[in-house]
Amino acid sequence: MTTQILIAGFGGQGILFAGKFLANKGLVEGKQLSWLPSYGPEMRGGTANCSVVLSDEPIGSPIVTKPDVLIVMNLPSLDKYEDAVVPGGKIFVDSTLIERKVRRRDVDAYYIPATQLAQQNGIPTLANMILLGKVMRESDFTPYEGIEEAVRTVVSAKHADLFDVNLKALELGHSFE
Amino acid sequence: MSDKVLMKGNEAIAEAAIRAGCRHYFGYPITPQTEVAAYMAKRMPKIGGVFLQAESEIAAINMVYGVAGTGRRVMTSSSSPGVSLKQEGISYIAGSDLPCLIVNVQRGGPGLGGIQPSQSDYFQATKGGGHGDYHLIVLAPSSVQEMADMTSKAFDLADKYRMPAMLLADGTIGQMMEPVKLAEPVEHPFVEKEWAVTGTKMQREHHIVNSLYLVPEQLEKKNFERYERYKKVEENEVIYESFMMDDAEYCVVAFGIAARVSKNAVVAARKEGIKVGLIRPVTLWPFPKKVLSETAEKVKGFLSVELSMGQMIEDVKLATSCRRPVGLCRRSGGMIPSPDEVLEAIKNMQRGEE
Repeated sequence: MTTQILIAGFGGQGILFAGKFLANKGLVEGKQLSWLPSYGPEMRGGTANCSVVLSDEPIGSPIVTKPDVLIVMNLPSLDKYEDAVVPGGKIFVDSTLIERKVRRRDVDAYYIPATQLAQQNGIPTLANMILLGKVMRESDFTPYEGIEEAVRTVVSAKHADLFDVNLKALELGHSFE
Repeated sequence: MSDKVLMKGNEAIAEAAIRAGCRHYFGYPITPQTEVAAYMAKRMPKIGGVFLQAESEIAAINMVYGVAGTGRRVMTSSSSPGVSLKQEGISYIAGSDLPCLIVNVQRGGPGLGGIQPSQSDYFQATKGGGHGDYHLIVLAPSSVQEMADMTSKAFDLADKYRMPAMLLADGTIGQMMEPVKLAEPVEHPFVEKEWAVTGTKMQREHHIVNSLYLVPEQLEKKNFERYERYKKVEENEVIYESFMMDDAEYCVVAFGIAARVSKNAVVAARKEGIKVGLIRPVTLWPFPKKVLSETAEKVKGFLSVELSMGQMIEDVKLATSCRRPVGLCRRSGGMIPSPDEVLEAIKNMQRGEE
């Protein structure tokens, strides 16, 4: 199985970090994987996106043009990438930041007020991880088990104090109905 | 898989260089290769190595020239506009028969161009770049693992043939992360090279490292000698990957990130019953001429897929002596073709033939 994941939003929302978590989760599972950030002028205050491919086979292109899973944290990203999602794919929307609904009828759409949940729980910078918690609940490309090891790798030693809050954010998303 | 680590392509180059015994790095920051310099800045001081941010790319390559003359492993890295600045120094290093590693993580050009990935320095890397009769060994990695492996390979080949080697990557491979298994660090006890300029201590004749030969007979002789070595490189050091070529009627030729995209297109085309495969040159110089020439006897056509206006296509035509049509699928300026675009080009090639 190959899963192509695209995460998109504004610079500063932790788009690349979210991708790194999934990449490290894949590494823990022993999967083939690639992580490709957008780099350049759009990172500085503009839009940021991140391609992650997880697979049991060697990976061809690391550039996700037809995502199976799309995670969006701002409206321009939903506008830009909604049509690219494969039929039957999944779109995860931060509904605090994006008011409109997904227009496509041939995909599964999930609405999570991630930014609001993050603020209410005192972890305002971790809406990205709340979204990922929900993504992992609704998808089968990687099991929820083993998140601790992946979080430990992706949270650098310097920021080890952020280990618990990242797990908390994932759990908030994972248990969100 | 636990022995694998996640690294950016640029970081993998730096770590692999250190493990290959390189203790001298000279560079100047430029997107999208700055992580190489940043990694070296962190690590070199801790292991007794030298990291030096030069005042310019020109200064950096001449510092490389200096260290290369002592026989030590040395490197510089940059991206396209910066590598243009280095060309004079590269020609001098080639003319002095010195080994070193030059990394080019390409971005779109010409001029300052952009910062997005490109392969439009193919001509510069493989056809000279600087002035005079010379070649570089040019390796084109297409994964983070190969960024590491080819770095170490480049140092070995440069030493073996006493010539500069270039790692020709692009912004995508430089910026992406993949799991990578790093080689064990090789302790390279410094071996005095018979030609190195390390001080005579009044014990031996002077060694001279130089590229100036004012007597044309001498310069010609030097160049002929050098080309004898190049011939050996062409005979012994060609590397390529063959993908789904066994029963192929059409052959895509692509390197680096273009080859990764092309693989997806080849797999998609196979699902539609089109017998197509991929030959991926890993060494761009020496170019895999022989396999392409042999392939021309078996296939109906070739397709060169490039992040340039069409540069490698000339070598594909030369290698196959134009016996089969060679199509081109190209994007430029920092754009990358999608697998669908390559698939469409494969179908066009098939339609043109049948």
